[in-house]
Amino acid sequence: MNIEMSPSLALVLVVGVLVGTGVYLLLERSLSRVIVGITLISNGVNVLFLIAGGAAGGPPLIGATDPGEMSDPLPQAMVLTAIVINLGLTAFVLAMAYRSWQLHGHDEVQDDLEDRRIARRAALREADSRADDVGTDLQTEAAEARDETEEAPAGTPEAHTPEDHGGPITGGDR
Amino acid sequence: MTWLVPLPVVVPLVAAGLALAVSRRSRAQGIISVAAVSTVLAVAVALIFLTHTAGPQVVDVGDWAAPVGIALVADRLSALMLVVSALVILGVLAYSLAQGLADGNDGAPVAIYHPTYLVLAAGVSMAFLSGDLFNLYVGFEILLAASFVLLTLGGTGERIRAGSIYVVVSLLSSVLFLVSIALIYAATGTLNLAQLAERLPEVDSGIRLLLQIMLLLGFAIKAAVFPLSAWLPDSYPTAPAPVTAVFAGLLTKVGVYAIIRAQTLLFTDGVLDDVLLVAAIATMLVGIIGAVAQEDIKRLLSFTLVSHIGYMIFGISLASDTGLSASIFYIVHHITVQTALFLIAGLVERRGGTTSLEELGSLAKVAPALGAVFFLSAMNLAGIPPMSGFLGKIGLLQAGIQTGSGLALVGVGTGLLTSLLTLYAVIKAWNKAFWQEAPQPLPDTRVPRTMFGPAAVIASVGVLIAVIGGPLYHYTDDAARDLRARTPYIEAVLVHGDRGAGQSSDAAGGDG
Repeated sequence: MNIEMSPSLALVLVVGVLVGTGVYLLLERSLSRVIVGITLISNGVNVLFLIAGGAAGGPPLIGATDPGEMSDPLPQAMVLTAIVINLGLTAFVLAMAYRSWQLHGHDEVQDDLEDRRIARRAALREADSRADDVGTDLQTEAAEARDETEEAPAGTPEAHTPEDHGGPITGGDR
Repeated sequence: MTWLVPLPVVVPLVAAGLALAVSRRSRAQGIISVAAVSTVLAVAVALIFLTHTAGPQVVDVGDWAAPVGIALVADRLSALMLVVSALVILGVLAYSLAQGLADGNDGAPVAIYHPTYLVLAAGVSMAFLSGDLFNLYVGFEILLAASFVLLTLGGTGERIRAGSIYVVVSLLSSVLFLVSIALIYAATGTLNLAQLAERLPEVDSGIRLLLQIMLLLGFAIKAAVFPLSAWLPDSYPTAPAPVTAVFAGLLTKVGVYAIIRAQTLLFTDGVLDDVLLVAAIATMLVGIIGAVAQEDIKRLLSFTLVSHIGYMIFGISLASDTGLSASIFYIVHHITVQTALFLIAGLVERRGGTTSLEELGSLAKVAPALGAVFFLSAMNLAGIPPMSGFLGKIGLLQAGIQTGSGLALVGVGTGLLTSLLTLYAVIKAWNKAFWQEAPQPLPDTRVPRTMFGPAAVIASVGVLIAVIGGPLYHYTDDAARDLRARTPYIEAVLVHGDRGAGQSSDAAGGDG
């Protein structure tokens, strides 16, 4: 049986464009753009699965199509699973972005502690060429350090306090 | 007895549903969780005996024959990983139940904690048991989704910040894994691991290298191998102590397990062994140098976690029976010791009110038992004889010297240096938190005995692995030999040459 395995150029281009734009958006700071990016990439990968399944044929139903002309049902099943998983995870990231907006008035991914610490030390060094602030601890530094995402632009809603079901939770409890 | 194989996945999932149904009654939830995880532990122990005496146990799900249907496979490696993970999951569960009792369960969203925790357990078991690449992906997604919820529990600002990085990086690694699955399917027409093991050697070597790189990239992000490890020390420390403990113990090891499977079963030509070896050396060094610079006990432990992943990758990259065996031994040791250390860090935080080494002090005076357990675990992590960390490291070093190539010897040297620096980092933590006078008086609290108990038990299991070191090494030797021989696994899954034992008619030779 001679199986046509060279993929359709249109599908390959679709994958390239979807994944490319997705990667671009993934590199943004705003979580909502990151979500769109992830969705685009996953859809690109779903199309890649269709390519992996080979040339399109008839519906893979016994009796409806001759087995030799069926399209491969396995990648379709896998794409379905991947779509469902992606739906759930997108919902979670959306909830997280919303929570971030509740807390900070924006949904931008902040610098991690180490980055902020380094930036702060560099600033100190510049200020008085003396940066041996070994005595302060991480929590104080984290509280004091600022990064570009923390200056809430004018007109954004005020940060809400954690609601009572969330509780004032500190690092040690759960 | 193959009906035992799916239980580690099914039982926690069913229990998760039950726990969600009784979400208003935390006592009932606790009972359900403990019962489920204990069952998993019992099944895993049964599986370890079964696989050791009767070879790999295979279940064709839904009775569909293997290459078409999904296979669940428990071989020596899977069974051992299941036992250790169930043990750790049970211990951490006991710890968090005690924490819930001690805190009175007020103000924390506990209703979803137990269901999510059980789903995590199911995902971990599924990843260990999966005999199918796509099923492995689903297992990863289950445990990742559960870990997202656990990491951002309560939704405080710091956890959302750390969580967003963790979530985005994890999603990226999943996408990479998914891309490699699609490419592997396109190249071979199957995703069954046993059949892949037969078909991948026939694929053109350039394409095979590409597939291997894609797959290893996805796994290496999950396992936190340098340079793909930067997410870990940033995200883990912010989660609640029991959550961090179970993540540190298990999630990265699932990635390491997947790398072992890929390197032993799927890609055996060893073209990337040197690359892995260099990555292992870099992981050890960069991780431990990060740990030395930390002044927060949880961050310090997170960096040592990254560093010690390097040891396991080192053993895998040697591609020898002894290296692989030592690597598996090291995984067992490291799961227990790292979990114990994070649980102890949680207790330190409770007792001292902070995890900053600058503010802690004199804990050895006010909490001597805690000090003793921390000291033992820390020495175990650094590899002081005669504890299990020493046995694991000596096995890896031996394997490295046996291999004898220049790069392997560099790895041996790095392993020794890392061990020394680990000792320095943990002794620094011990001095500052336990031995020195506290800079300011510590809060007047007590660590609940019920929380100390599980931490102490896991820590002593970590130390006592040394007592069964001989038999365990025999077992890991057998496991490594099986893995490298490949035939036990393949023949167990594809009993009839090209298809499994299922009843499905017309498997059509497994052409997908």
